Amino acid sequence: MLIIETHELSKSFSKRGKKVEAVRGVDLAVEAGQIFGFLGPNGAGKTTTLRMLTTLLHPSGGNATIAGFDLIQSPKKVRDKIGYVSQTGGADPASTARENLVLQARLYGSNKAAALVRAAELLKSLELESFADRRTSTYSGGQRRRLDLAMGMVHHPPVLFLDEPTSGLDPQSRARLWEEVRKLQQSGTTVFLTTHYLEEADALCDRLAIMDEGRIVAEGTPTELKRQVAGDVVTLGLEAHDGALQRGEELLRSQMFVREVSLDKNDLRLYVERGEEALPQILRLLDGAGLVIQTIALSRPTLDDVFLRQTGRSLRETAA
Amino acid sequence: MKILRDTWLIFARSMTTTLRNPVWVIVGLFQPICFLVLFGPLLEGVAQSPGFPPGGAFSVFTPGLLIQLGLFGAAFVGFGLIADLRAGVIEQMRVTPVSRLALLLGRALRDVVSLLVQCLLLLIVAVPMGLKADLGGVLIALVLIALLGLLTASCSYALALALKSEDALAPTLNLFTLPLLLLSGITLPLTLAPQWIRNLAIFNPFSHAVDAARALFNGDFGNRDVLIGFLVIGLLAILAMWWAARSFREATA
Repeated sequence: MLIIETHELSKSFSKRGKKVEAVRGVDLAVEAGQIFGFLGPNGAGKTTTLRMLTTLLHPSGGNATIAGFDLIQSPKKVRDKIGYVSQTGGADPASTARENLVLQARLYGSNKAAALVRAAELLKSLELESFADRRTSTYSGGQRRRLDLAMGMVHHPPVLFLDEPTSGLDPQSRARLWEEVRKLQQSGTTVFLTTHYLEEADALCDRLAIMDEGRIVAEGTPTELKRQVAGDVVTLGLEAHDGALQRGEELLRSQMFVREVSLDKNDLRLYVERGEEALPQILRLLDGAGLVIQTIALSRPTLDDVFLRQTGRSLRETAA
Repeated sequence: MKILRDTWLIFARSMTTTLRNPVWVIVGLFQPICFLVLFGPLLEGVAQSPGFPPGGAFSVFTPGLLIQLGLFGAAFVGFGLIADLRAGVIEQMRVTPVSRLALLLGRALRDVVSLLVQCLLLLIVAVPMGLKADLGGVLIALVLIALLGLLTASCSYALALALKSEDALAPTLNLFTLPLLLLSGITLPLTLAPQWIRNLAIFNPFSHAVDAARALFNGDFGNRDVLIGFLVIGLLAILAMWWAARSFREATA
């Protein structure tokens, strides 16, 4: 069953008289119960898309259906069905975790008693109990993020949107949050998250859409996407003297076993069918042409290779 | 009713925030009390001059100060909203099915309640200074001031949502509050002013509020100023609330 479906969803802003197209026609189909990831560099339009899907921003064009309700026609019904955790979170720093959760539950329609019960339940399951009655301004990054997550799931939404849920967290807190997201999935929640971390997208998501400059450039499971790149990746560092890199590139491009060559700063990046067999051949070829190899690495394709192939840029560089 | 329930929730949350630091309600009173104690006595001499409205210096001055409280006290509430916007609190609320009007009303009612508390404290100080007023009139004047608080607070919230920055909000508010104050006859009655200032003051809703409050303090319920004051402030309050509620609906942080 599809729980999120978008058609040609788009958003443009005017900034100082100039029209900026933040999202240019996004088509998505998300199955219920999945962890769906939106991967892309900062400024790709991920947050804008998320804010449209969560009724916070009115789309300039297109439409979407979420949990059976039309986003444009019945935003109120959509709000009942979704939870949202923004990039910065939205807990009141001057109130305690418990107060924040109780208010949030009540805004979703719970009575006071039920809200208190639900807040206690979430504080326990997310291990926030020991400081539940302290002001949230005193929390650490990881504690704060777990509270944000609790705020988003206070009304048991079938769909939960998380915007960069682990941005800026230390590895331990990140792993802790991944665990929570997986628990949510096991309880039947569909999770839609954005991230610019490749590892996160790879490890956590069932399906991914890669976004760049307001468009989806690739979509599939992480394995499918990586398979598109085909074969293995050989990264070569050559001693750079006049035209060495270019000569190496030309030489390798003409080889049958090389699918693709790209020049990435001082590195040559080759996509080859079978890396183990290609390595000796590459060494022999370059040696014969008098080119000196400084470094050589063989790797399985990562999502970064997928991104690189689709956009011509590396996500690691754009994210940095 | 959902809107009442939502308004109550937002009101309770805002009130809790205010009560955590009640000192600001008292600090907000400092300026009007200075005016009352340090400027009011100067008026006793002027009160004898022709053109000064009837009722004695403090009976003329105190209602003006209450309106001033409504203007200055409620005009700056937008700053708290910007802090909430920045913390993501407003977005966290907007993603729930909570009524957008309640997001405004809950806050604005908190502002009205703290405004009325300030008014009562000011009145308590004014009585030993020489305020003589009709009790029923004072109560009706407080209703007018509550409406005025709704008007000013709503405008402040709408501006805060449009500007989203304290640096822009402060000068914008000063731009409006000072001329509104000077053209309202709060400190000195406009009956003493030259004709052109009086002509300008007709366009200032606060001058009508001051006239109405003064008439009410005198127990002059049938005075045309009372009706005009309520009509002007009431209508503008409704417009301002509509504007602010619309801004809450469309707010993008």
